[in-house]
Amino acid sequence: MKRDKVVGAILLVMALFGISGLALITVFIFREGVPVVLRLGARQIFLSSDWEPSLGHFGILSMMVGSLAVTLGAAVIGVVFSLGLAVVLTQFSPPGLSAALKPVVELLAGIPSVVYGFVGVVTLVPLIRHTLGGPGLSVLAASIVLGVMVLPTITSIAIDALQAVPRSYLEGSIALGATRWQTVTMVLLRAARSGLVTAVILGMGRAIGETMAVIMVAGNALEVPHSLLAPVRTLTSNIALEMGYASGDHRQALFATGATLFVVITLLNIAALAISRRRTGRGRFS
Amino acid sequence: MNLLGSTSIQPFAEILAEHYEKKYPGQFAEVQGGGSTAGLQAAEHGLADIGMCSRSLTTKESRLFTEILIARDGLAIVVNPENPVSRLSLEQLRALFAGRIANWSEVGGKNGSVWPITREEGSGTRESFVRLIMGAERISRRALTQESNGAVKELVKGDPSAIGYMSLGLVGKDLKPVTVDGAEPTVENVLAGRYHLVRPLLFVTKGAANSAARKFVDFVLSSDGQRLLATEGLVRVR
Repeated sequence: MKRDKVVGAILLVMALFGISGLALITVFIFREGVPVVLRLGARQIFLSSDWEPSLGHFGILSMMVGSLAVTLGAAVIGVVFSLGLAVVLTQFSPPGLSAALKPVVELLAGIPSVVYGFVGVVTLVPLIRHTLGGPGLSVLAASIVLGVMVLPTITSIAIDALQAVPRSYLEGSIALGATRWQTVTMVLLRAARSGLVTAVILGMGRAIGETMAVIMVAGNALEVPHSLLAPVRTLTSNIALEMGYASGDHRQALFATGATLFVVITLLNIAALAISRRRTGRGRFS
Repeated sequence: MNLLGSTSIQPFAEILAEHYEKKYPGQFAEVQGGGSTAGLQAAEHGLADIGMCSRSLTTKESRLFTEILIARDGLAIVVNPENPVSRLSLEQLRALFAGRIANWSEVGGKNGSVWPITREEGSGTRESFVRLIMGAERISRRALTQESNGAVKELVKGDPSAIGYMSLGLVGKDLKPVTVDGAEPTVENVLAGRYHLVRPLLFVTKGAANSAARKFVDFVLSSDGQRLLATEGLVRVR
């Protein structure tokens, strides 16, 4: 039909428009960020933790370590709570309770990050300072705040993965005499493994890109953190803290920081995509 | 008529603007933050009639802009009221922020780590602090970095091991300002030249100010404007 074609063409143009925005951003970040890396040498930027823009030092190693540390911390916390939540909601809780709890978890995703940061600063940071020592603003505080923030992402994807496991597997397992718990750990989680890994990776992508809440609770020190209680600056915080003022090489170095982040997030997404593609052999035990 | 720049001047400029609009109905002054360096850039490119800058201009910058000193501001060094240390020398301050002194017991305090708190790169307060205290020495990489006077204040308020710096006009009652080289940080001591950690608060324009900007500057420098700034804790220049 002619109308179908017209609508199709309009939608195609809109889709291309969206994609070209992404392409433009990509080109812009790399065009601004790559020259400074070529000029100063990758070594001076990626293998040095000496960041002092006024003296022309632009090492981002400590921030790469920082981003990695808080992201892994968030992943650990996110995995424990999200997978637990997903298993309970799909297997153990009565359907009425699941129906009520799932939207509550999803609601967490709607809270602005500045609110997470504020709650972290007001409650979590003093708690860490008083009970564990250090300045409170720390890898640990950032990991916990991010862990809560990625909860909805990981939980909802994990629930989908668990629900995709055919019922017959669970029934078969129970019929063979396995307990409910054995069925969950030995059949359900294994069958849904690739989906669960995807969920965690996407959660990590969200954590590493988070900025506002991290600036508020991480302390933003430039030192490579040597413990969970040490303050840390992440790649995103560095950009947000300094972009307003930067010019010249400093500005380009911040774009290089952004490009680094871009590459890391792209790799995470590719990994998630690759793992979830493998799921086509769904249900096969390997 | 708009002003843009330093977040240290912004709250004071907002108060000035409010009184200015009341005094001259029909005149408007719009105030935006962004930081000292952003203020200079905005003035240079004509995005703002007046740029606000809370540090001295560099030689290159002073060739480019016309600067108007609207007030001076003491830079207060603040610690938590629970911290027994209340007097420090300039040399001790430098060592504390450079990380050479890492335990409060070395400067007469309790045994415990020192957590210096600094501001982000490009902040006028930071640049003034570096010029007045650090000199050629660098601020420790261990220092916590916060992006506003308010955030520094919150942190020092909650942490007995912290030490920070901020605008004297914004210290308030919850923090303890430290006596530096024997001089208490008060407006009187700044005026008398006894307290040396002082920075200029500047309005800058590219070339001569236009008429609307001129009118606002005249108000700020008038006895009304200066009295307003003084009651807010700044040091008047007229």
